[in-house]
Amino acid sequence: MNTPSPLLSAQGVHVTFPGRHGAPDVRAVDGVDLDVRPGEIVALVGESGCGKTTLARALVGLVEPTAGRIAFDGRPLEYSGRSLKAYRRRVQLVLQDPTGSLNPRHTVYDAVAEGLRIHGHAGDERAAVAGALARAGLRPAERFFLRRPHELSGGQRQRVVIAGALVLEPELLVADEPVASLDASVRGEILALLLRLRAELGLSALVVTHDLGLAWNIADRVAVMYLGRIVETGEVERVLTAPRHPYTRALLSVLPEAPGDPVILAGEPPDPSRIPSGCRFHARCQILAGGEAERAGVAEACRGRDPGILDGSGTAQVACHWASHSGAD
Amino acid sequence: MTLLDVRGLTVTYADGAAAVRGVDLSLEAGGTLGIAGESGCGKSTLALALLRLLPPGTRVGGAVLLDGEDVLSMKWGRVRAVRWAGASIVFQGAMHSLNPVRRVGDQIAEPILLHRRAGPAGARRRTGELLEQVGLPAARAAAYPHELSGGQRQRVMIAMALACDPRLIVADEPTTALDVMIQAQILRLIGQLVADQDVGLVMISHDLAVLADTCDRLAVMYAGRVVEEGPAGQVYAAARHPYAQALSAAFPRIGDPASRFAPRGLPGDPPDPAALPPGCVFRPRCPVALDICAVQDPPLRDTGDDRSAACVRITTRVTTPTAATDSDTARDTDRETDRETAADTTTDTPGDEAPAPAPAPGPAEEARRDTP
Repeated sequence: MNTPSPLLSAQGVHVTFPGRHGAPDVRAVDGVDLDVRPGEIVALVGESGCGKTTLARALVGLVEPTAGRIAFDGRPLEYSGRSLKAYRRRVQLVLQDPTGSLNPRHTVYDAVAEGLRIHGHAGDERAAVAGALARAGLRPAERFFLRRPHELSGGQRQRVVIAGALVLEPELLVADEPVASLDASVRGEILALLLRLRAELGLSALVVTHDLGLAWNIADRVAVMYLGRIVETGEVERVLTAPRHPYTRALLSVLPEAPGDPVILAGEPPDPSRIPSGCRFHARCQILAGGEAERAGVAEACRGRDPGILDGSGTAQVACHWASHSGAD
Repeated sequence: MTLLDVRGLTVTYADGAAAVRGVDLSLEAGGTLGIAGESGCGKSTLALALLRLLPPGTRVGGAVLLDGEDVLSMKWGRVRAVRWAGASIVFQGAMHSLNPVRRVGDQIAEPILLHRRAGPAGARRRTGELLEQVGLPAARAAAYPHELSGGQRQRVMIAMALACDPRLIVADEPTTALDVMIQAQILRLIGQLVADQDVGLVMISHDLAVLADTCDRLAVMYAGRVVEEGPAGQVYAAARHPYAQALSAAFPRIGDPASRFAPRGLPGDPPDPAALPPGCVFRPRCPVALDICAVQDPPLRDTGDDRSAACVRITTRVTTPTAATDSDTARDTDRETDRETAADTTTDTPGDEAPAPAPAPGPAEEARRDTP
């Protein structure tokens, strides 16, 4: 794959929230490099609390990173009201729960036209709204204009939210769990829509999800996040069929259809205000616990040395002493 | 004796919505049955009906035999005795089912005390045992629900369901809001408890893949009816009813090239339970519907190989029980062909319809191909 310059690029991004009542700071995003190239669909995968939503919010400018930098189309993001407004014309956020994202008293038309009005759209508003609804698969668009969210099914509501994002003709969609609240049969339809938008409009997307199957369904590249860091990244085929990081391996092993014995990690991810030293995964790592890291002579590094930040370029990489040492690919 | 035998169960809400429209299910002691379906298919209503937990004004018909005794015709005192002790339920969303201002230990002890299984000291001891059984330290009994994570709260719910040693546990979406790893922990726990204590499990979920992995048998519901039932692995890997096929195909198989860049769904929405279409209720969304489907509502029919389905296309008895297991990769690769065939064979009557001359027949055709 030749690599055009990234559309969106995060470098060394940290987002830290101050701890309350003297508690240590919460390092929600703890050093992330991530690129999204034009026309690319990247899946950011992780469990609740891993920092994936905070990272997505930082990428669309809703949270200012504590450290590091985010650049769009080669230019660093600025946090003045005016530049953010211009930025959000080009990058749109789609949230998980379409019912919560839509104002119940607004009609579909108003919900979709809101972005146009905010940005002072000069052209034909009606045509733009109809076009966005049609692209989101709500046809004939005019029939949906005066409906309100409660008159629509869950899938239709999510299509309205997507139409609201599309109406400004953005270059990138950041979608946070776009199908998590939808039924399985509707899920496939919405994911197919994202693929079609990429094919028809060249739209790039960063899809934040807990669902590895979604990454397999639509993404070119996947980044697996654990406790504020990306621990493994690469092309979907490679990462999901030959995972190298013990965490990615465990996540894949517990899926219902996975071959072999499931590796069920005990406990829950640690609190991001108390990130373990050394490799942040070492306390739950099945490779370290099973003695394989010891045999490979990396156990000390696992406990004491941070494997570092993966670069955002999209080549296959893993933040694991054992996987790097044993070349377990 | 069959532990749970549901016969012709119907549930109609006070507003006229027919949520469950004639369901037959059975479960042996120690067996596990998964009930799959999408929002609004009636699966949660079915769960509530098993223990008579539906709101007043709801009309319930048929029979729910628990160890041979009909729950639906019991006196209220007997229903109260059966709840928790005969059958207990693990509700969806532990967050909302636990009382936020009471310690979880007291909540687990409540059914034990109510059923006079033990005095206060004994109940406390039993609560500690139960917590340890579900993988929590006994000391967590003193915690309030907000002090626990989602996975821990779900463990508390399971401990509560086990409190009075029920013969049957009904779990309604027990892992839905949980992360994959926590889900795996909870499913393993449920599996172990069922195996160790020989209780029956009815697990309800929208996630066909999880049910196929956890349960022995699987029933797929659509618009208040079971449309397909059989051994869980076979129903998931080689569904026969067009709805079950579409639902199964909607779950991506990682590593399967057929689902790479090809998310699959099912267009349309389920029918409004207050205004069901005539004939087969799935016909408006069915990719392979025939003319007869507009007038004939097919019942769930036994196909003779320990499976059953409710579709006019699936009529013949299959002789080889493993007939359909090898076709999991052939699933609906030929939707378009099927659609054309369906148009061509509109004069067919059920039972003598010609198989689609498709390059890779879907599981729906399996039944006919294997006709003796």
